[in-house]
Amino acid sequence: MAELTYRDAVIRGIAQEMERDPDVVFLGEDVAKAGGVFKATVGLFEQFGPLRVRDTPISEQAIMGAAMGAAMTGLKPIAEIMFSDFFAVCFDYIANEFPKSRYMSNGQLKCPLVVRTGNGAGSRFGAQHSQSVENWCMMIPGLKVVAPSSPRDVIGLLAAAVRDPDPVIFFEHKSLYATKGEVPDGEIVDQLGTAKILRPGTDATILALALMVPRALAAAEKLQAEHGINAEVVDVRSLVPLDTQTILGSVARTHRLFTVEENPRLCGWGAEIVSIVADEAFYDLDGPPVRITTPHIPLPAADNLEDIVLPTVDRIVETVRRSLGS
Amino acid sequence: MATAKDRAQASAGSGLNDDIGEAKRLELYRTQVVIREAEQRAFDLFLQNLVKGTSHLSLGQEAVAAGFAGAMKPGDLSFCTYRGHAHTLARGVSVEKVLGELMQRDNGLMRGKGGSMHLTSAEHGVMGSYAIIGAHLPIACGAAWRAQYKGAKDVSVCFFGDGTTNIGAFHEALNFAAVWKLPVIFVCENNLYMEYTPIGDVTAVPHPAGDRAASYGLERVIVDGNDADVVYRTAQAAFDKARAGGGPSLIECLTYRHSGHSRADPAKYRPEGELERWKERDPIKIYKERLKQFGIAENVINDIDTDVKRVVDDATEACKAAPVPPVDILTTDVYADGGWAWRN
Ligand SMILES: Cc1ncc(C[n+]2csc(CCOP(=O)(O)OP(=O)(O)O)c2C)c(N)n1
Ligand SMILES: [Mg+2]
Repeated sequence: MAELTYRDAVIRGIAQEMERDPDVVFLGEDVAKAGGVFKATVGLFEQFGPLRVRDTPISEQAIMGAAMGAAMTGLKPIAEIMFSDFFAVCFDYIANEFPKSRYMSNGQLKCPLVVRTGNGAGSRFGAQHSQSVENWCMMIPGLKVVAPSSPRDVIGLLAAAVRDPDPVIFFEHKSLYATKGEVPDGEIVDQLGTAKILRPGTDATILALALMVPRALAAAEKLQAEHGINAEVVDVRSLVPLDTQTILGSVARTHRLFTVEENPRLCGWGAEIVSIVADEAFYDLDGPPVRITTPHIPLPAADNLEDIVLPTVDRIVETVRRSLGS
Repeated sequence: MATAKDRAQASAGSGLNDDIGEAKRLELYRTQVVIREAEQRAFDLFLQNLVKGTSHLSLGQEAVAAGFAGAMKPGDLSFCTYRGHAHTLARGVSVEKVLGELMQRDNGLMRGKGGSMHLTSAEHGVMGSYAIIGAHLPIACGAAWRAQYKGAKDVSVCFFGDGTTNIGAFHEALNFAAVWKLPVIFVCENNLYMEYTPIGDVTAVPHPAGDRAASYGLERVIVDGNDADVVYRTAQAAFDKARAGGGPSLIECLTYRHSGHSRADPAKYRPEGELERWKERDPIKIYKERLKQFGIAENVINDIDTDVKRVVDDATEACKAAPVPPVDILTTDVYADGGWAWRN
């Protein structure tokens, strides 16, 4: 057991997989010699050398396309897109190329790659460097989408993503890079498509992802302490595949559902989950499912504005308390 | 090493046993005739409403496909556009499988799941046909990166049109390939038009690929894309360079499509006489003359023509008789486990 930052967990996760499999290669802007803009790839270039850890030009389409061509023909590339907002300039690969080649070719082509990217707000970077865009990817058949919230999950889910035979979009949260957590020694390999109940409870289910997970946990403690509400917190972790069973199971016990989403409200991941629960567990519910999201606005830069726009611990507490009528 | 231009210029006037030789010439001829007949048949089947969806023919551009495929070794990889039937056939994929896919039958290359614009035959090295302009240039870079990383000797070849040189992915891929010195060959088939707009109307330089080569530190290579010998020699030089670790090439092949952009296009935008002038330089006509020049007997040529017609006729009948794809393949191969499950 060691305490590790989320940032160092990224490094350890990539290194673990590169050590295991010489076909794992890594490319991105400023990732090699400079160690990444978030310093989340420091030391990999020194450890694995210039053939496996490669700096690219500022060419997001070339990065994505090259990863795909390498994946199709036998490598297991990890590509970094510095900020997830930049998916918009290479979205063709995310929407049309990675996820469709296997299907269109009737199974002849494969695309086993991982795209890592810095997602989410909290750095006061404004509307083009702060977005949570996991829902952009979740809607596309053929992709897998994960977003870890802890250092341990970073390593385990990254390993699972690299070993997975499908294209996986791996969202790292920029505001979590400096956070710390206990990580066991030795190899860690997790499973895609599994949610985790982080805090068992009886009165309400709170689903959260990435940066919203620590906030949901803090809110649950406050709900318990100040309002006697015992909330269950589930870290969704994997949007595709989605661990619907864990979610439905939790709702069946608590009879109330809340989602805490950093993505803007329209078509956020919680909307899909709420619709699944409405379809399949309507009679388990004692009240309407409630989505706690960022509003449908671009993100502001100013710290006081950014702080209130994302779901906060207090907003979660207030929303759950009011809904439960206590 | 001879440059592409040297080799291309060396073509005229060589004897029968020149660097290309009789066997290769007959192969280049046959490939062009297969493409011509299969594409013509695709057009006829479209008129009978048996080819569904869209289709983009390479009638008139056969020499580019034949010349490059003729210079490829097994294991070399082709990356095509929606106008990819020619390159797929040139790698040896059967006419039946190609027509079957165009007719969206169960005997098609991808059993109707891809369609005319996405012909793929991994076993023949046809690593997909891509319908988003420019997308496959970076993908070809990636396949070439794998070869470089693994120390493999295969080369990736990426075919695209003149219009494709104006999209960002072209620039990204060319620079990337040059900086990483990748074994990839970019082949621009300049057929003078994007869809309906002449390429000159929308491009800052006269030669959309050739005139930009210098930006990537590459040689300006512009060749007659209607002469399979020229294309073949040019291709060989680029393959030699790539296999020797010399990095990418960008080759502009001047050619012309005899039909419209896609099946729905009557190509009314072409100035009068342009098609006729280019038909005088029909690649198959040129090559037939070439064979005769080299003393190849008329009956040998005719036998190829007859045999190819029979192959295309047989394929047509097989496709007409083939069933449509079964509904159960609708949800296969979305994910690598063979299925489409996104939740438990
Ligand atoms: C990104 C993108 N933009 C536009 C189109 C529509 N489109 C299909 S083919 C084509 C023309 C391409 O011209 P060129 O590259 O010269 O190839 P050609 O069709 O002549 O072989 C266009 C604009 C597309 N498929 N993808
Ligand atoms: Mg064109």
